[in-house]
Amino acid sequence: MNQLLNAGVIIGMLNTMLILATPFLFAALGETFSQNSGVVNLGVDGIMLLSAFGAFYAVLTTGSLLLGILAAAFVGVVMGLMMSFVSVTLKAEQGVSGIGLQMFGLGMSSLLFKVLVGTVRTVKGFPTVSIPLLSRIPVFGPILFEHSILVYIAFALVPISWWVLERTTVGLTIKAVGQNPAAADSRGINVNLVRYLCVTFGAVMAAMAGASLSISSLNLFQDNLTAGQGFIAVALVYFGGWTPVGVMFGALIFSIANSLQLWLQVLGVPIPASLANMLPYLLTILVLAFSSRRGRRPAALNKPFIRGEA
Amino acid sequence: MMNTQNKFGPDVALKPEDWVPLSDIRTAASSEIAGKGRSSKSRDWKEIGVRVVVPVTGVVAALMIGAVFLLILDANPVSAYAAMVRGALGSRFGLTQMLVKATPLLLVGLGISIAFRASCINIGGEGQMIAGALMATWFPLAATNLPGFVVVPLTIILGFAAGALWGFVPGILKARYAVNEILTTIMMNSIALQLMNFLLQGPLMDPKGIESGTYLAQSARIPDPARLARIVPQTMLHSGIFLALILAVVVYIFLWRTTIGYRIRAVGLNPDASRYSGINVRFNQALSLTLAGGLAGIAGAVEVIGVQYRLLEGLTSGYGFAGIVAALLGWLHPIGLIPASIFFGGLLVGADTMQRAVQVPSALIGAILGLVVLFVSGSGIWTQRWIRKIRSESGLEGQR
Repeated sequence: MNQLLNAGVIIGMLNTMLILATPFLFAALGETFSQNSGVVNLGVDGIMLLSAFGAFYAVLTTGSLLLGILAAAFVGVVMGLMMSFVSVTLKAEQGVSGIGLQMFGLGMSSLLFKVLVGTVRTVKGFPTVSIPLLSRIPVFGPILFEHSILVYIAFALVPISWWVLERTTVGLTIKAVGQNPAAADSRGINVNLVRYLCVTFGAVMAAMAGASLSISSLNLFQDNLTAGQGFIAVALVYFGGWTPVGVMFGALIFSIANSLQLWLQVLGVPIPASLANMLPYLLTILVLAFSSRRGRRPAALNKPFIRGEA
Repeated sequence: MMNTQNKFGPDVALKPEDWVPLSDIRTAASSEIAGKGRSSKSRDWKEIGVRVVVPVTGVVAALMIGAVFLLILDANPVSAYAAMVRGALGSRFGLTQMLVKATPLLLVGLGISIAFRASCINIGGEGQMIAGALMATWFPLAATNLPGFVVVPLTIILGFAAGALWGFVPGILKARYAVNEILTTIMMNSIALQLMNFLLQGPLMDPKGIESGTYLAQSARIPDPARLARIVPQTMLHSGIFLALILAVVVYIFLWRTTIGYRIRAVGLNPDASRYSGINVRFNQALSLTLAGGLAGIAGAVEVIGVQYRLLEGLTSGYGFAGIVAALLGWLHPIGLIPASIFFGGLLVGADTMQRAVQVPSALIGAILGLVVLFVSGSGIWTQRWIRKIRSESGLEGQR
């Protein structure tokens, strides 16, 4: 245990925490928009998987990181429209259609990987960017300012999302649609259009989450790369009380547990890996139990809008 | 409150009013009240037809898109799907294998249907199956000197108990703390999976694997008396299918003939009305999730004592998720689930054959199944519209 208290290890652990939190932040911030408009997109994990593959494959074949991000975004738009069509236009049970989307993304990404790539290969992903001066600050510098650009973007999106949701007409419109679609409809807001846009935006963010795994933090693709991280991201939205700041705290708590677990294994602390792997999930359940009554749940969450029905 | 139950005739299993697909659940309250009493035979059959034709069309549409994928993969879709049909229906082994796969699908699907009826979405079938399978491995290995007629029922009961525990946790969290059950059931899947990995790499690992130095992540084989009988020689078909069929009838009776079952359905149809009439909504939702877990636990136990005879990685083969599809195709109805899970079992068996015949990765099947879920859940709106049309034509429910 002595090793754990070593300053270098703590810095490493906190640095890892921010890297691990990045995909959760992207996916959960996107899902925050989706859920605030009233749609639970449970297919986040599937979107992350297929877009992670898209980004990985684009970078593997062209070497261009920009094309990687664009490929992921394209997958995000397509899958977001699929989810919107089934959940908003066809008014399907969102929990089930999301699972369908997840199964599709899991199967499709694994199929394409086997056919197009075959073996595990690595790509040259986003490099670590040390912010000049700031990264020189002792302790905080190496924790906060030695990351790939996607990590910075993910954290910058927290205040931006907060501002959009809380301080702009766009945010008000989204929340009106999620809280009281009938009232929003009578004010002339196109409820279904707002939901389409929010779900698709959420899906593109999930796609960035996938890309942040395959071309930024891990720089590879394999079957079921996300191992259910998309579901955790959905849970974080509930935990965060549907607010971007709450979501960020959730992502950090979850990631510190994960980071601790990884570093325990790196340092050879004799805890079976599988038991340590359980820790983040147990923690999420506990945290959900203690936080569930907090926050304002969008009143129309999970309810398709049908004009003329309260 | 209870008078609706007395109106069922002997052909009760075919009353379409009882088959409420998910998206109908909220609007079904009206049909539950309005649809009863004035039913005509021909309208009933028309509605059954709609509920078969629409989801099957969804499946066919998903398979058509699968055909496009096959073309892109340079495989001939006609020979691929021909291999699929041949694999499931063309041999005694295929036919029995279809039932072998239908067994866990039916068991998991029954649980998912109970939970859905109380408007709880149970995505935790995988974890609950693992919990049941763990018990069903540990107990026969520990209680070696018990005769079969004691150890088999006990194993199944323990499997039920372990699965029920795995469903109880999300249930109680939903009831006490209003935690979303979709998320907790998914977390419980991961926890069960890690627990199984831990046990397979440690306490439950096959001593033979340790001796020979292979260290395979699997348990020792369970003793003969604990195994379910094989009912067709040279196949894997085991007596678990009878258990599943009996339980389907039991769940049917439970949901439609008992007070508790009635309350569970009432909670799903209209939680507010249920609350005002004195039904404990939270208790019934927790109960439905616990029972769902228990049934998936039995599915896990049956996979161990009927098929594999040991615990090993990948034992659940995704049945926990596929059970959701089966439940959807079976209109969340215990009796509808029987043909649905056999059909779906056939799809899985055929998919194996297809994969070997045309050399495509099995992941294609996963992608197609995902589309099946999307299409079937999305097709509910047409089922509803069509049925509304039939009802308004026969003078029922003019408005909705």
